[in-house]
Amino acid sequence: MTDPRAIPVRPARWITFLAATAAMTAAVTLPARAADFSGETIEIIVPASEGGGTDFWGRFYVPVLQDYLPGNPTVVVRNMGGGGHTIGGNFFANNAEPDGLMLLASSGTGHFNYLLGDSRVQYEFNDMVSVAGSPVGGVMYVSGDLGAESAGEVADLEGVTLRYGSQGPTSQDLLSFYALEQIGIMAQPIFGMGGRSDARLAFERGDLNIDYQSTFSYIDNVQPLVEQGDAVPIFTFGLLNDEGVLVRDPAFPDIPHYGEVYEQVNGAPMSGQVEEVYMSFFTAGFGAQKLLSMPAATPADIVDAYNEAMLTAKADPAFQERREEVLGPYPQFMGPAAERMKQIATSVSPEAKSAVAEWLAERFDATVN
Amino acid sequence: MLDQALAALGTLLSGTHLLHLLVGVGIGIIVGILPGLGGTAGMALLLPFVFGMDPASALATMIGLLAVLATADTFTSVLMGIPGSAGSQATVMDGFPLARAGKGRQALAAAFAASLIGGLLGALALTGFVQIARPLVLMFGAPELLMLTVFGLSMVGVLSGGNWLRGLAACGLGLLLGNIGPAPATGHMRLTFDSIYLSGGLPLVVLALGLFALPEIVDLLSRTGAIALRAAALRSGWLQGLRDTLCHWALVRRSALIGCIVGAIPGLGGAVVDWIAYGTAVQAARDKSRFGKGDIRGVIAPEAANNAKEGGALVPTLIFGIPGSGGTAVLLGGLVLIGIQPGPRMVTQDIDTVYLIIWSLALANVIGAMVCIGITPLVSRVTEINYAILAPAMIAIVMFGAFQATRNWGDLIAVVLIGVTAFVFKRMHWPRPPLLIGFVLAGGAEVYLYQSVQLYGMEWLGRPIVLILIALTAVSVFFGARSKVSTETGVDSGDGLARRPGRVAQTALTVAVAAVGAAAIADAWNIPWISRLFPFVVGSAVIAFAALSLLPEWRVPALSSPGQPVFEPRNVRHFGWIVGLLGLTAAIGFLPSVFLFSTAFLLAEARIRPLPAMAMAAAIIGVLWTLGYALTIRFPAGLVNLWF
Repeated sequence: MTDPRAIPVRPARWITFLAATAAMTAAVTLPARAADFSGETIEIIVPASEGGGTDFWGRFYVPVLQDYLPGNPTVVVRNMGGGGHTIGGNFFANNAEPDGLMLLASSGTGHFNYLLGDSRVQYEFNDMVSVAGSPVGGVMYVSGDLGAESAGEVADLEGVTLRYGSQGPTSQDLLSFYALEQIGIMAQPIFGMGGRSDARLAFERGDLNIDYQSTFSYIDNVQPLVEQGDAVPIFTFGLLNDEGVLVRDPAFPDIPHYGEVYEQVNGAPMSGQVEEVYMSFFTAGFGAQKLLSMPAATPADIVDAYNEAMLTAKADPAFQERREEVLGPYPQFMGPAAERMKQIATSVSPEAKSAVAEWLAERFDATVN
Repeated sequence: MLDQALAALGTLLSGTHLLHLLVGVGIGIIVGILPGLGGTAGMALLLPFVFGMDPASALATMIGLLAVLATADTFTSVLMGIPGSAGSQATVMDGFPLARAGKGRQALAAAFAASLIGGLLGALALTGFVQIARPLVLMFGAPELLMLTVFGLSMVGVLSGGNWLRGLAACGLGLLLGNIGPAPATGHMRLTFDSIYLSGGLPLVVLALGLFALPEIVDLLSRTGAIALRAAALRSGWLQGLRDTLCHWALVRRSALIGCIVGAIPGLGGAVVDWIAYGTAVQAARDKSRFGKGDIRGVIAPEAANNAKEGGALVPTLIFGIPGSGGTAVLLGGLVLIGIQPGPRMVTQDIDTVYLIIWSLALANVIGAMVCIGITPLVSRVTEINYAILAPAMIAIVMFGAFQATRNWGDLIAVVLIGVTAFVFKRMHWPRPPLLIGFVLAGGAEVYLYQSVQLYGMEWLGRPIVLILIALTAVSVFFGARSKVSTETGVDSGDGLARRPGRVAQTALTVAVAAVGAAAIADAWNIPWISRLFPFVVGSAVIAFAALSLLPEWRVPALSSPGQPVFEPRNVRHFGWIVGLLGLTAAIGFLPSVFLFSTAFLLAEARIRPLPAMAMAAAIIGVLWTLGYALTIRFPAGLVNLWF
């Protein structure tokens, strides 16, 4: 932007130089004209380091925004990892102006820390409006050696320790432990896994005998095991349809979702606190695993421009094809649908929250920071 | 198999694939040279472009970048004593003393030759290994990884600078620093002192730059002249370097093997492979007297290993979809973007893709090494420039590199604090490599011990590979205990008899180290036992080793002289410059601050006239700005942002 050669060559003139720089910067950062992003730079804050799922997701939307927003702005990703996604989330909360020029790409980890009331969290989802969101699926499976074919049979096994590899009780595994416990499966946690792929490797080694993987990882690496009889799927976490109802995962139409399995084992569908905890943590971790949001105070014309861009993208076959390759066979929540998902994913009653905290302390000796 | 391999080579050599490979190699060399930017950042940079490419070209670009990082990161390690990336820290140990002795070209040539051969051996290992690796990789469970971690820790013996008590205390300190953040089992925060920055753990890049780069810069500034104390050796220096590597063929082969194995086993992390290769090189050498003072073998071993590591790391990436290093983690995502799904089907259905990757790896290694050797004569001139002129650029690059760790102000503050502490360590002849090894292996040591006991009780000790690794560790400890190697590189080596700070200062530092151990114990006092155990054991060990290390200090009669002060006035002044840059950045942002800082520094310290000083300062920010623009990298922001 500034040519280094333009620096004044006479000594003691650097003050002039700085003043000139300041003037130029001021000229560049004039407020955005309503709903036209020509010449603007939009920044997507990714609260995780380069290379992870959240980073890929954020980068997936870079060309989408560039192509479909009015004025074809430049879109850049800014990775700010650390602190369980709170550093980037807090940065966004403290720095984003209501001008549509800074977005937050949040994901399950950041949603969980928010839901659990982690003291590091300074971001408030109620103060944000989401314009895009993506679900992800997950399949729970057990070792073929157990001889069990369904969740009910697993629950009935006697004298078998079910070992589950976990990144920590307050990570997304919280949902796994909670959901399994509600259908009578008390999995023993093996903590210290670096990620889901570590757990999968340990499962393949035979160190673990129960595990879940998200959609792509399951298809690529677990399905071959299922074909050999080394692994047996027992349920998927399901998918939320546009009305917010739990349905079967379209990637795995033959595998029952958790709601079905729960009803089978307990004789009645989920209800009350169990339903509330499952649905909110499920949505935070799977149903709306990724959300793209901006400050809620953003003027309507800017939000509308985003919503329209997202809906146009969704209708474009080229986008559809790319989306399916990268994000899987799931409907993307674009525009107002994303906002609806955000509300389910980030709201949990104080009673349910304290029930989860108590359960964490009791079962794992764990605490929310 | 052979036709498929040849067909893949044909694909690579046809069309624009080779051009894409060259683009990857070019970016890889730039990213590799810049300290702080490693494979992760480099690969992430490519991702947006990968979207639109055809798979073969995208692969060539990504592998090209990945392959040469470990070659190019040698430049700053050897010439400036600044680790170019996490994988070339050990290269500093002997590479930098060689540069100081005017043998920078020879060291670089040897390093690049070793990188080239290591990289090719890595590609060869990938070829032979990828079909049969599955059961082998699955043999390494938590107990085996634990013993590998312990084996890595046993390198502390030879890296303790002859004072193994201090080495162990420093290693313990590293283990505690590596513990910062949420405890793996219960999520309780440890040693974060309510800082959000620390709640994610201390980044390795920040620690490495603070530990090695800043103290070296300040120390070099305290004497006038260039990095090279002697005029550059003969022009044939680089030929000598090539000859060195070929003469130590057995060392190259062994180091490359270590690189492949450590890379291929997911869970250990690539950052320690250079140290393991360096440590074993020292252990196996008959004449150890030159290590740490400029032994060419100390350059060859880590460089052969860190290039071979990438070939090894691709094994689990491709057949399990589990990355073996930071760079391959991003590669994994890139593969998915271009429609290649790593996993067990890779070696059956996509074997031609595997061969394409292998050829790209081999070719990129050759091209990368040749380019690096080609630019060596030019780049190595920096060692002949008066260091006071180089210093502002060095300081700015270190800050820039540290900031890329998490793009957080905490990075800058941490790197300066660690730099000051490391300077004290250096002055007091406390070894720093053990601290780094402890830090890198901290996570594994705790988690794998916990998992081993959880999964197998005490039976884990009887597993065959565990027994082999225990034997290897015993051998390593035995050799480590016998060797006395100076691990304090840099200025002292040119100084003849190094003067040391007095007894009181030594005692104060030892007490401070012990106090960190005590703080770790106090910090973990109220958390569940499973998260408390590790800080308790390591904290106690740190206190014990620190206390024991005082005994020899107090047994010898005190020197009559009070000893050298820890901080001389000029050291304080030089650190003052760095802190000043930090303060200015907080006020007006990074680039304007670097301009003002560099101009002032060149005027005051290098005594350059105002006009050239400003021109140089402008050139520094020009280069930084261009890099920032091309790599879409952010600079630290101040309260008032005059610029970005």
